[in-house]
Amino acid sequence: MKRLQLPLSLSDRLSLHTGEQVLLSGVLYTARDAAHKRMKELLDQGKPLPFDLKGQTIYYVGPTQTPPGMIFGSAGPTTSTRMDVYTPQLLDLGLAAMIGKGRRSPQVKEAMLRNQAVYFAAVGGAGALLGLRVKEAQTIAFEDLQSEAIRRLVVEEFPVFVCFDCQGVDLYDEDFQ
Amino acid sequence: MREIDVSEVQEIVRQSCSEIAFEYPEDVRRKLTEASEEETGSRAKQALDLLLENAELAKRHRLPICQDTGMAVVWLTIGQEVHFTGGSLREAVNRGVMEAYQSSYLRNSVVSDPVFERRNTSTNTPAVIYMDLVEGDQVVIECAAKGFGSENCSRIKMCKPAEGVDGVRDFIVETVRMAGPNACPPMVVGVGVGGTMDYAAWLAKRALMRPLDQDNEDERYRQLEQQCLRQINELNIGPMGLKGRTTALKVNIEWFPTHIAGMPVAVNINCHVTRHRKVVL
Repeated sequence: MKRLQLPLSLSDRLSLHTGEQVLLSGVLYTARDAAHKRMKELLDQGKPLPFDLKGQTIYYVGPTQTPPGMIFGSAGPTTSTRMDVYTPQLLDLGLAAMIGKGRRSPQVKEAMLRNQAVYFAAVGGAGALLGLRVKEAQTIAFEDLQSEAIRRLVVEEFPVFVCFDCQGVDLYDEDFQ
Repeated sequence: MREIDVSEVQEIVRQSCSEIAFEYPEDVRRKLTEASEEETGSRAKQALDLLLENAELAKRHRLPICQDTGMAVVWLTIGQEVHFTGGSLREAVNRGVMEAYQSSYLRNSVVSDPVFERRNTSTNTPAVIYMDLVEGDQVVIECAAKGFGSENCSRIKMCKPAEGVDGVRDFIVETVRMAGPNACPPMVVGVGVGGTMDYAAWLAKRALMRPLDQDNEDERYRQLEQQCLRQINELNIGPMGLKGRTTALKVNIEWFPTHIAGMPVAVNINCHVTRHRKVVL
């Protein structure tokens, strides 16, 4: 199985093929509905985002509370489709990869191709397994959003499937086998 | 007359809402294991095996199976000979939910207002509570934790009577096809047919509470459940949309008499994390 370091280099992104399973290690940023809305508001006001998007990976997740003695809570992917409305702008600002689950809009796919970005699917509902692959977690913005705050995570061997690659092949297309 | 202190209900709700977060009910675990053994697609099998490994890890580390620990849905079926003491029954249920989500470090996923503020209530309450009055002196407490990845894929249609059984089946299969990878397949499909628009939706959620190893008592509906399941598993969506034959684990249909002019059909989708627990008091 392929193992890759995050953030992904351009050549790593170009080497990926839809359908293959990959183990990712390195830095991720979490953001879901409410954090995306806030990031959009910051951009509209001409203000900087809480982290530099260039080359980075966003994981669509809202973890459970971290139990005492643990590094992180349960943390499987949420449905990416809800973030579609915000995503093209973030891709144009340099976002290079996303991890979530479910379909993306034509606008997101176009923006991914334009920016040579990739989209991974993690296994929905495997929250305990994925949460245990988180080795460091730090809240960096929007703490009041609780589970929806932006966090910087360091993950180890985080299992994902390539869902949309730089060649524009979509795992969810009916004729993809 | 039987007296029951509402604190007893609160404690059962607390325990149920907490425990269902960490372990699949036995019927769901069995279906997933069977599906993994029968799945032929290699990616699909990998995904199912990850889910089974996840279930083991969840139990061992006491981490929720899924981070979406849901909106709590609680059914109270109350015998009319019962008299509740010790305060508000509804408040006791909400206190039970709140305690479960805080003491077990579950995710608070409820916002105060659906449209304007959307501020997290930080307690995972209010719960959705249904109360039904029946004969007798028992109280049946059923708790579910409904995740919204799948809830968002649910649909309702006021079918015309002329559409018949084909219309019902087509709508169910079409809803699953549209849900696809977004609803975290393998799914459990709850269907309500008949009644009024709202009652069909209620029946669909009730259908999700029926154990997966229990078939419909009515032969015609049992056959319809099986036909729908077969067609759904031919859609080649597969676990997590990775293709394969395991798109749904079960279709459960509940029905009720309806109006001469109508045939409401509601489809409530659940993911494989179908969390339900029933306690009789």
